Amino acid sequence: MKIRLENVVKTFENFRAVKDVSLDIESGELVALLGPSGSGKTTILRMVAGLEYADGGHIHFGDQDATDIPVRDRGVGFVFQHYALFPHMTVANNIAFGMKVSKVKRDRAAIEARVTDLLRLVRLEGLGDRFPAQISGGQRQRVALARALAVDPKVLLLDEPFGALDANVRRDLRRWLREIHSELGITTLFVTHDQEEALDLADRVVILKDGQIVQQGTPQEVCRDPQSAFVMKFLGDANVIAAEVRDGRAHVGDISVEAPGVVDGKAELYARPADLDWSAEGPGIAATISRVLDRPDGRRVLAVTAAGEQLEFNVEPERVVTAGEGGFVTLRRAKVFAV
Amino acid sequence: MRRRNVLPGLPLSLGVTLFYVGLIVVLPLVALVFKAASLGPADYWQIVSSPRAVASYRVTVLSALGATIFNLFFGLSLAWVITRYRFPGRRIVDAVVDLPFALPTAVAGIALTALFANNGWFGSVLESWGIKVAYTPLGIMIAMCFTSLPFIVRTVQPVLEDLDPALEEAAQSLGGSDWTIFRKVILPLLTPALLAGVSLSFARCLGEFGAIIFIAGNQPMSTEITALLIFIRLEEYDYQAAAAIASVLLLTAFFMLGITNWLQARALRYTVKG
Repeated sequence: MKIRLENVVKTFENFRAVKDVSLDIESGELVALLGPSGSGKTTILRMVAGLEYADGGHIHFGDQDATDIPVRDRGVGFVFQHYALFPHMTVANNIAFGMKVSKVKRDRAAIEARVTDLLRLVRLEGLGDRFPAQISGGQRQRVALARALAVDPKVLLLDEPFGALDANVRRDLRRWLREIHSELGITTLFVTHDQEEALDLADRVVILKDGQIVQQGTPQEVCRDPQSAFVMKFLGDANVIAAEVRDGRAHVGDISVEAPGVVDGKAELYARPADLDWSAEGPGIAATISRVLDRPDGRRVLAVTAAGEQLEFNVEPERVVTAGEGGFVTLRRAKVFAV
Repeated sequence: MRRRNVLPGLPLSLGVTLFYVGLIVVLPLVALVFKAASLGPADYWQIVSSPRAVASYRVTVLSALGATIFNLFFGLSLAWVITRYRFPGRRIVDAVVDLPFALPTAVAGIALTALFANNGWFGSVLESWGIKVAYTPLGIMIAMCFTSLPFIVRTVQPVLEDLDPALEEAAQSLGGSDWTIFRKVILPLLTPALLAGVSLSFARCLGEFGAIIFIAGNQPMSTEITALLIFIRLEEYDYQAAAAIASVLLLTAFFMLGITNWLQARALRYTVKG
């Protein structure tokens, strides 16, 4: 089912949570709404679900205008951050709930067969008789997904689905959700504030800030070509270095990088830790190493430039660097944004 | 090996509280049972099964049941309205719920009698419809309702407040109607609290005295409650008979507590880990 948001607006008591958002989600696509807290991502998701009504604009499901359809008739599956499993029902009864209350009557055997299928799909065979309090967080979230899928939703919506889980469980569930998505091909929209999660999981990432979409594209597009300093910073660690733009190039000390489309004058240069390197000789940005942090995949160097800017970058594990050492930070690549 | 406890003060606080419970709660109950037991079985049975005593049990227990069932519905809806909706005067309503606790029960009894007497504001209207409240079991029930109302409201309210709104949203997104969601999701989660409120309310009704004696009329065999009969026996210096009848109330209260505790444990089975 294709979803189209058209100039959607939502205001909560003087606070404009969502400002004029338009978004197309193709049938079968897996899309992430990514943004910091307060960026309106959850509100957008809840409006698509029908758990909130839009103050303005339209939400289309396929050719149908779904803006005013109440949640119970909208045919969406919603997965909550804290699972929202019915605590007094067994896992099997939780999954069966939607089928039991549905206007479409199913006989008991059909419901049981479907529950068994879904338990197999979410790899929880044999746990149907447990209560939610008796299973782990990761298992609960899988039950929540099975429960949402049981009613054959047109769209699957997940609100920070893995936010309450341990890092390891989160990684496993991410992969598993991706598998389920390719198996079922259901249009899926999920909300997260975790860039890694969005980039790992989604076909397309929609980045939000203050109730507006600031950039959207495939993980490759948004990572390789961030359109603003906000996106650059939000997607991962970034070093900020003051620079001067002249004739399409940004100059810092005796080095310069291309800065297409940036007007002459003061600018900021953004570089990922992996985009910087350390060298005993110039050209480069003169700096002094203040600390070296050892990590399993390399060494992280913290350095201070002559201008007092803090920089962080990675060097190979074998590299000998020590705190207090002077030298030059070199630049492999960087993005330049006007201040 | 001695188990070490990180929290301080266990021996002292446990000692003080156990001593207090023993002195104030258990000792009088034991004394009551001993007093009743000092009668022979035949005398005991004769007193507790006398027609006047049995009539008092009937009117007390039936009125208490009626009042508790009424409060179950009314208290639940009151708690529901106070917790789920925001309206002007909500805090006042919330405070008024505690009034039956704060008010001396005799004051409540006099006020209710004045209202429901056949020349009172409500009584005169009801009289014209042929309904008599004062000096009938209905009056007893109303007095019981009044004094035991807060129990259900105050046990259900915190559970309703803590109910995760996402549960209802989840049920809605799965297609449940409002009534289905109430019946299958909300009500089962409130059941333990409702049972606790019911047992407290019922126990209070059984023992209520002050509010009832003014409105009940206290006719032996029809509107005389058990608590009053005990009082009358005491006034006659017949302590053994008073204790015997009181022991029946005590057993009833224990029985009721046992049943509700069992039902509560059943309703809370889902919280057991493992």
